[in-house]
Amino acid sequence: MRQLMSGNAALGEAAVLSGCTHYFGYPITPQNELTEYMAKRMGELGLCFIQSESEIAAINMVLGAAAAGARAMTSSSGPGISLKQEGISYLAADELPAVIVNVARGGPGMGNISASQSDYFQSTRGGGHGDYKTIVLAPASVQELTEVVPLAFDLADKYRNPLLILGDGMLGQMMEPVDFDGLARPADYDKPYILTGAKDRPARTIHSLIFDTKLQEEHNWKLFRKFQLMEQNEVRYETYLADDAEMVVVAYGMGARIAKGAIRRLREEGLKVGLLRPVTLWPFPAKALREMAKTVRDFFVFEMSAGQMVDDVKLALEGEAHVHFYGRPGGVIPMPVELSRIVARHYYQARSRDSAAKEEKR
Amino acid sequence: MKTVYERPKLLKEAHFHYCPGCGHGIINRLIVEVLEEMGLGGEAICVAPAGCGMLLYNYFEIDVIESAHGRGAAVATGIKRVRPENLVFSYQGDGDLAAIGTAEGFHAANRGENITVIFVNNGVYGMTGGQMAPTTLLEQITTTTPVGRDSCVAGHPVRVCEVFATLDGAAYLERTAVNRPAAVRKTKKAIAKAFQCQLDGRGFSLVEILSPCPVNWKMGPLDACSWIDEVMVKQFPLGVTKDGTKPTGGAKDVTAATRGGAKDVTCS
Amino acid sequence: MLVSTIFSGFGGQGVLSMGTTLATAAMLQGKYVTYYPSYGVEVRGGTANCTVVVSDEEIASPVASEPEFVVAMNQPSFARFQGTLQAGGLLLANSSIVSTESARSDIEIFAIPTSGLAEKLGTIKVANMVMLGALIRASNMISYDGMLENLAGILGEGKARLLKVNREALALGYEYAKDHANGH
Repeated sequence: MRQLMSGNAALGEAAVLSGCTHYFGYPITPQNELTEYMAKRMGELGLCFIQSESEIAAINMVLGAAAAGARAMTSSSGPGISLKQEGISYLAADELPAVIVNVARGGPGMGNISASQSDYFQSTRGGGHGDYKTIVLAPASVQELTEVVPLAFDLADKYRNPLLILGDGMLGQMMEPVDFDGLARPADYDKPYILTGAKDRPARTIHSLIFDTKLQEEHNWKLFRKFQLMEQNEVRYETYLADDAEMVVVAYGMGARIAKGAIRRLREEGLKVGLLRPVTLWPFPAKALREMAKTVRDFFVFEMSAGQMVDDVKLALEGEAHVHFYGRPGGVIPMPVELSRIVARHYYQARSRDSAAKEEKR
Repeated sequence: MKTVYERPKLLKEAHFHYCPGCGHGIINRLIVEVLEEMGLGGEAICVAPAGCGMLLYNYFEIDVIESAHGRGAAVATGIKRVRPENLVFSYQGDGDLAAIGTAEGFHAANRGENITVIFVNNGVYGMTGGQMAPTTLLEQITTTTPVGRDSCVAGHPVRVCEVFATLDGAAYLERTAVNRPAAVRKTKKAIAKAFQCQLDGRGFSLVEILSPCPVNWKMGPLDACSWIDEVMVKQFPLGVTKDGTKPTGGAKDVTAATRGGAKDVTCS
Repeated sequence: MLVSTIFSGFGGQGVLSMGTTLATAAMLQGKYVTYYPSYGVEVRGGTANCTVVVSDEEIASPVASEPEFVVAMNQPSFARFQGTLQAGGLLLANSSIVSTESARSDIEIFAIPTSGLAEKLGTIKVANMVMLGALIRASNMISYDGMLENLAGILGEGKARLLKVNREALALGYEYAKDHANGH
């Protein structure tokens, strides 16, 4: 049954349906409705909700709960996610599963409570200290938000690694029709590592302290191989009108929706523009981009930031195509019409660049 | 022949890494003795700190998880909310609990979280080389208070038991020491009482243990033991700070998961 | 078809519930729909607003920089949002408490004494539903009859008791718009 729900509330319901039994959180706008929803729902179901004293406490409660075998989650927005980085690093080092939600806002510093995409680097580069990565899922609608939640819990358990869902204030606050029917509850994985008390078995330990540098290196390579597996198996993206495109816009989350609106306008004007929307920001769909670059000479990156994902696009293309960029940082949410004008300008400039080059050859 | 002394089965056959005269080894042993005597080795889950106590898993034959510096009470909270039937305790030093982890410990106590904290107070940061701790005494010399702790610059020594005693969620708080045989026996009793408090579902329990650190105090081991009696207890008086009844507050008709495992709680 | 509407007014005038009611009704009629509230410190000061986009195809952005319709339930909202309305757009104002003079000559202003009409039903609280009825008539963005059919589901269990008065309020606004709107 379709119902109208905010992204924050829908995310909470999807988490409950995914078997999340423990939620720990601290209020911060624009994700408060998620914390409030969990307080209500977890209470109704006799599950665990704690409003923690800080973001740091919340992520460490998640770590404890994960070590004890529970499906645990926390959520916040940029400033709070910064505080959680300590715990996320430990979760990765300890190989413990957890789902962390960032309903991102404008930054840096206190910034504002509007939607923004300026936490891309923080999300995709590990974020905390040390050599690690987390899968980052970036949904673009309330429906997709609910669909990535069971996937998130599944991947976290499958790889024994923390996972980030990166939304933004707009996605969290807006209401859209959402349907929970058919939402698959993730599988229950064997967890031979969890702490249950050493009754009738040898004692277990979970720790990331490895004084012996050789052993630490071994552990890091083990994590690295796991990250390689994620890169091989877990890349997700969507394309839109990309088959005949001369210019492909690369955008994610709500930015990709704005881009879709812009592309529809451009198509009406006869411009061959398509879209590639990474759903996983890490692992990044680099291969798909390289594949496209065989026929597409121009990629246009649009972000609601001063330019972060654009680096990944450049790294993926390795100079094989031209990369254009348009960004609006600070919580500004541009309209599709604005973006369509900018893309059109770049599109025509690229055309005249190419015809000038042809001219020169002749 | 009668056995009068043997290695507790829950203590691994490993050499402690602690310095000569350090109190941690005694406290480690007391914990496993109590667990063994109470038959809790199979139920116990220990949260180890950052600091001198960080290698507990090398010594304890029970489940142990490391926590980030100061986060022991939060990690223990997470575990306890999943496994209310287990005995969950954190082992924390003075920097861990009374500086970087003040918030986590304070609020776990305030929630009446049904966990136990073993708090080792030796007045210095041992592992990092003898810097000032929140519990360093006034005029005490450390590597970061080279002319002695000056309250105008560095504040005052924090009395954790007395501070936590103001919290309604804290059920059992006692300060002991491990510098004399009689004090060691008292500490063992206090640890047992704190664990029992948790088994009874009464809420948060904490044993603060004054422990010698001869190396960083720049004293011989015997002098360090005397210094506890002669100087340290004046700032940190020994005894039970709080032995409350069942905690109050919270929602009624709640499951163990929502209430952190405290049993039979009458809530208002 | 893609239509954006900004609802605005005092907190407590039911501005946000006007938005969710329209959005839910549109959803049940198979439309694509987004509802986007103002939030944060902004809503603490007394004014509230939300944007509803109703469309036959996927909606790119839930934000409307130049909406087709603006509903202003109080004077500050009238002042603030009349400038955002696109040329040719329609501004529906609660003329019971809003003075509707505007410097813009490229928009239409429809004055509806919603508070006064609601009082006829015995409660000023349904002024928002009177306004919504008028908006649906003036905009034709969703089926009015379809909405009435599903009204109990749209309002939800919490408002079952108030179903009758809400239905009357919607009808009052709808009929008012039918009788008074210039050319709608």
